[in-house]
Amino acid sequence: MNIVVLVKQVPDTWAERKLDATDKTLDRASVDVVMNEIDEYAVEEALRIQADQGGEVTIVSMAPDRGVETIRKALSMGADKAVHLSDPALHGSDAVQTSYALAKVLGTLEYDLVIAGSEATDSRMAIMTPLLAERLGQPQLSGARKVTVDGGTVRIERQTDNGYDVVEASTPAIVSVVEKINEPRYPSFKGIMAAKKKPLTTLTLADAGIEADRVGLASAPSQVVEFSNKPPRQAGQIVKDEGDGGVKVAEYLASQKLV
Amino acid sequence: MRFTAEHHAFRKVVRDVVEREIVPHVDQWERDGIFPAHELFPKLGEVGLLGLEYDPKWGGQGADHLFTVVACEEIARSGCGGVPMAIGVQTSMATPSLHEFGSDMLKERYLAPAIAGTMVTSIAVTEAGAGSDVRSLRTKAVRDGDEWVINGSKLYITNGTQADWICLLARTSEEGGYRGMSQILVPTDTPGFSVSRKLDKLGQRSSDTAELVFQDMRVPVDHTIGEIGRGFQQQMSQFVIERMFAAYGAVGSCRRALERTRDYLKQREAFGQPLMANQHIAYSMAELSAEIDLLQSHNYACAEAHMNGEDTTRYATVAKLTSGRLTRKVADLCMQYHGGIGYMEETWTSRYFRDSRLGSIGGGADEVMLQVLAKLDGFTA
Repeated sequence: MNIVVLVKQVPDTWAERKLDATDKTLDRASVDVVMNEIDEYAVEEALRIQADQGGEVTIVSMAPDRGVETIRKALSMGADKAVHLSDPALHGSDAVQTSYALAKVLGTLEYDLVIAGSEATDSRMAIMTPLLAERLGQPQLSGARKVTVDGGTVRIERQTDNGYDVVEASTPAIVSVVEKINEPRYPSFKGIMAAKKKPLTTLTLADAGIEADRVGLASAPSQVVEFSNKPPRQAGQIVKDEGDGGVKVAEYLASQKLV
Repeated sequence: MRFTAEHHAFRKVVRDVVEREIVPHVDQWERDGIFPAHELFPKLGEVGLLGLEYDPKWGGQGADHLFTVVACEEIARSGCGGVPMAIGVQTSMATPSLHEFGSDMLKERYLAPAIAGTMVTSIAVTEAGAGSDVRSLRTKAVRDGDEWVINGSKLYITNGTQADWICLLARTSEEGGYRGMSQILVPTDTPGFSVSRKLDKLGQRSSDTAELVFQDMRVPVDHTIGEIGRGFQQQMSQFVIERMFAAYGAVGSCRRALERTRDYLKQREAFGQPLMANQHIAYSMAELSAEIDLLQSHNYACAEAHMNGEDTTRYATVAKLTSGRLTRKVADLCMQYHGGIGYMEETWTSRYFRDSRLGSIGGGADEVMLQVLAKLDGFTA
């Protein structure tokens, strides 16, 4: 069972995230970066399946040079090798273009499963696995809180508002996972040292057979036209409890459609 | 210092482990007066934190000393002094002698589980009449065939109520003074071993501290760590490691305290502007930041000397003295600049203030550091 895990490097969730005023793309340079949190669960799930079924776990990431840090983290958790798609021409690519580029990279690899986190904390689009499934003509199993593999069949429990659905497909398939699925391991000291020696292939557009005019900011199907900073936080509403505090809180929650 | 990408990656892992496995539980552990070492330590062991520089033969990582520096700086960001201290006892106070001088039998039975975190350890040196003055200790081990028969008591023993074994320093001959002491590894399930009381302390409240009593406790002579009669000397070199741990950690805890205070001062307004707009405040923060840098530079010089195989007694002494004092200064100023709310138990500054006080007392008081330094530098009559 060969598994590819897609990981994305994102600004630290706790950092103030900004757009670059000059080209309206995400400002990656001025913030600390981390592995997208749900991707850690994807790596963990791949490692667990591998422990059960054997095979290789390959990390694939499209990121600027600095993305190596995130790839190394995935390798230090235990993945076997990695492919890093890095080319200045990719800067500003939107989700549609990214899926084209990643599909090209996946096309160079042999795999039974692709596992990814269900969404990234920066763009929050949750659209990469459906786009990839469409481009690759492979089934998509999204929102998995449990994955089981049985020969050429992969079965997931898909988290829903009221419970879960059992969904299955034949391999190769593309799976997205949610945080409920497992508890990711920490990279260990030994894992960090071992990661240094694991194969990491860096691909440019040409290496992956990606047409340059189909990626990058200039040809992006979606464009950021304008943006403004988040308005400062307004003072909250204060409710004085005169014996009816509970009712007032309930009314407020109802008015905000939270209950 | 030559930190590599691997040191930086490890720093991130340790910070993550601290933020997820320790910080969220600290308030509860402080209230409980103890933290669950048998739950936390295996998690730390898994990452490799409990045996960084130890021989891989016993489950250690064989890492270079800079990884220890990184780990100490990060563990100290736990939001309390108690848990880092307890971890320090496991990694840098109770086990160095065992690793350095212990027999393979002892290492297999006691060091390997300590590195894995499945056994919790303590260092038992201090007694009611022997604190910094180690040569006055009275706990006695008398040989009876293949066994030591041990009688006495030990005070202020970190991890004391939950330890699986202790590294005990006891008198094994009548020579007196610095002579005739031995380090003996004592499993705490040995008949005659008892925890007479759990002690209440000013700070470090999440860490349990105990008084231990030994009554006709019989321990095999093969549980002696290293050479019989060399216990004091072995313990002194173990103390050097302990002092380095304390000084490395101080940088992490002081830095975090300053960061938290900085964030507060930017947001807290008085007289129509953020407190940080006050030049006196900003400059005194900058002053402390510079002092932390100096301590860190000294620590790194100490680490480098250690890695070159040099005797780091002088470095560690200066570092320990400086770090204890600096931590107190930082804690005092952080509380001062928080004002009334800083004095409240709900604010981190209260705990930090309490916890900061131990640095100048434990592991050799400031005065002992000065005594050592005065001797080393020839300031003697």
